[in-house]
Amino acid sequence: MQFVDKNEELCTKCHLCEDVCAAAINKSDDREKSAIRIDDGKNIGIINVCNQCGECIEVCSEQAIFKATNGVILINKSKCIGCLVCVGYCPSLSMIFHEEISVPFKCIACGKCTKECPTEAIYLKEIINEGQVAAGVVE
Amino acid sequence: MSCVLTAEKVQKLKAARKVLKEIKYEPAKLEKGYANKTLYINLSDNSIVSKDVTEKMKDVFIGGKGFGLWYLWNAVAPSTKWNDPENEIVISPGPVGGITQYPGAGKSLVVSLSPTTGSVVDSNVGGHFGPLLKFSGWDALEIQGKADQEVIVFIDGNKGTISIEEAPLEAVDTHLIIEELTEMYAESEEDKRNISVVSSGTAAQNSLIGLLNFSFYDKRRKSPRVKQAGRGGIGTVFRDKNIKAVVVKFNGVKGDLNNPVDLKKIQELGIKLHKEIHDFDAIQTQKREVGTANLVEIMNDYDLLPVNNFKYGYHPETWKIDSKQIKKKVTQNMPDGCWYGCSMACAKAVDGFELKTGPYKGHKVLIDGPEYETVAAVGSNLGIFDLEHILECNFYCDTYGVDTISLGTTTAFLMECYESNILNKEITGGLELTFGNKDAAMELLHQMSRGEGFSKIAGQGVRKIKELLVKEYGADSHFLNDIGMENKGMEYSQYISKESLAQQGGYAMTNKGPQHDEAWLIFMDMVNNQIPSFEDKAEALHYFPMFRTWFGLMGLCKLPWNDIEPADNRQTSEPAKVPEHVQNYVELFNSVTGKTIDKKELIVQSERVYNFQRIFNIKMGFGQSLHDNPPYRSVGPVTVEEYLSRQDRYDQQMKELIGVDPEGKTIEEKMQITRKYREDQYDELRQTVYKRRGWTENGIPTLEHIKNLGIDFPEVVEVLKKHL
Repeated sequence: MQFVDKNEELCTKCHLCEDVCAAAINKSDDREKSAIRIDDGKNIGIINVCNQCGECIEVCSEQAIFKATNGVILINKSKCIGCLVCVGYCPSLSMIFHEEISVPFKCIACGKCTKECPTEAIYLKEIINEGQVAAGVVE
Repeated sequence: MSCVLTAEKVQKLKAARKVLKEIKYEPAKLEKGYANKTLYINLSDNSIVSKDVTEKMKDVFIGGKGFGLWYLWNAVAPSTKWNDPENEIVISPGPVGGITQYPGAGKSLVVSLSPTTGSVVDSNVGGHFGPLLKFSGWDALEIQGKADQEVIVFIDGNKGTISIEEAPLEAVDTHLIIEELTEMYAESEEDKRNISVVSSGTAAQNSLIGLLNFSFYDKRRKSPRVKQAGRGGIGTVFRDKNIKAVVVKFNGVKGDLNNPVDLKKIQELGIKLHKEIHDFDAIQTQKREVGTANLVEIMNDYDLLPVNNFKYGYHPETWKIDSKQIKKKVTQNMPDGCWYGCSMACAKAVDGFELKTGPYKGHKVLIDGPEYETVAAVGSNLGIFDLEHILECNFYCDTYGVDTISLGTTTAFLMECYESNILNKEITGGLELTFGNKDAAMELLHQMSRGEGFSKIAGQGVRKIKELLVKEYGADSHFLNDIGMENKGMEYSQYISKESLAQQGGYAMTNKGPQHDEAWLIFMDMVNNQIPSFEDKAEALHYFPMFRTWFGLMGLCKLPWNDIEPADNRQTSEPAKVPEHVQNYVELFNSVTGKTIDKKELIVQSERVYNFQRIFNIKMGFGQSLHDNPPYRSVGPVTVEEYLSRQDRYDQQMKELIGVDPEGKTIEEKMQITRKYREDQYDELRQTVYKRRGWTENGIPTLEHIKNLGIDFPEVVEVLKKHL
């Protein structure tokens, strides 16, 4: 399973990751449309990004959220009816909703932000689990 | 389900159909929560008419039950009976209904003249029908008339067609017909979610306590399921009109179909509440885990769980039917909402339950529930502490189309009559209706489906049975009136109100009859002592019935209001009102409709409809003080054994509250003193409540009050003037 891991001590709050993400996943220069968030750490820490835990899969009544073979949690936009339960139910508050985008969005572990981070506060991490071995995704 | 429904069988059902009438229409686009159209269907002449929803209707009656009451008021005369063709069934979701972002927003309100009360009744039900009806372009569906033969009404909200079809071969029982029709109208597995069926069952046509089932497709369990419009016998009206089902199909549900003025606000409110439920449900009411069933043990602990026809509030064997046991039966970890976006998810289901009795014996079925009310009604209140029995009974009540609450309360009454030697085997046709006899209770239900035996009496409901027992068998009417748990002709729902004066009023001073959806004040009153004076209780009996009426105007569910609370709710000045959630509702309404109400205007919106319903009751010959008399069983101990079961409490009250020393008095004397005191208390409460509600001493809304509310239409004034 691949996910964006973090070392918050290294974060300088330059917000570059947000710019990269918003452009990559929502073709926007609005940081509010980024799936990774840098904030004051009051709620969940300084760097808020999905850890691909998958708790959102079960709360979706439309079965629109699923785990891809590489372990990343994805949303099937055509199935989503915009109830936003997943947004309220994300344990790390990493399911993002923006009023101008009809369905919620989240980190898909593409790694683009990690490449641009000047301090390596975020990086792609891979965990190989038995399920993936069994599924033949990894050896 | 074990019954295999083949494509061939579905074809056969379809082939036997004869289209009696079909029309095409242009589905209205929704604006600010309204389609601005009502679909009127008359089954006597098969007319199908599109009616305009006027701005005035929206201002005064808002939607949902408000629309239902207004249409029915115009359809019936004081002399109209439930089974006259003039009677209607009106189904309406309300302007907020159908939003997908805020929990509990998929409700339909059903209004009709009730077979058991003779007056107007409303019932609030989940399932997908209401929202899909609205997305198909209709704020309400108004069905009048009576079909000559069994019919199905089909509304296709995408194609814009409505048809009335003869349906000779479809099943009547709900679990079968919902599967038949879901299969018939869906083009694929994916398409099944777009269909909702309203149906009833075989026992609804043989009794007066029939219910309506509203279906939705459970995508994980791959089966249609149902929620119930249970109260008041509307299923009986449905079958009397020869309707087998009303089906709506609409493909394309999205979060913005209501075309609200401020979608962003609705989304913010929704996310906020989803998060609250995520954070606190597990430590508050556990709706996601057990639904409403956790009330079983709570009520038992507080002496409030009805046992043996509401005699007692506690039973040592309750653990056998409590939520811990129920949890083992229902499938878990499912997003069990009855409409999209309901993270409260109180709906529960038992999968693969093998039936042990009746015509479907051996079938493996899916059971909706069990809800608290059902567990108490067909379980503890009958002295039955067997969960398997309760589940079986729950299934059969739903599929036969019978209200579990009315059936339970009626059977409990019959059992007490049997044990009091008012009934015997000769009268019951061999059924030994003693408390705890689950086989007899189940057989009575099966008889109701077949229209046979003693069920023909039992299915009439408590009020009519009382009359019959007095007339035919010379029973003592005083005793029957004391123990028969009905008011206005409706059977009580499942809470012991003896120790809560406010709840006695919350039951008997209702519009439709003793259902707890108007007010549930027991904890506020009895446990927390927050409303000690008559004025406090009257204020609660004004505010809460008005506030809760509002859910029925909107198409909303009550549970997400106070079955989840914000973290700081206890620190607010009025925690029982859950002020933050009230504000959520104000903003939801404004965000959908573009209006600018505040929390005071919210109550006034309800007051208009509430008073109109009271006046509707008056129009039909009810709605006065005498109709708000409770049976004494709901107020105090009727029998010696009941007094003895709480003797210490009653004796203490006599000393401290009444100022009479119980020492040396016989039980009978003490019961008389207690009764006099409690009945006087109720009468004083009644007058205080009437005053607070703007009514006369006889419970009639004053002209001044209805003028202030803006419902002083000439026809309303005309009804009132006869009584003022």
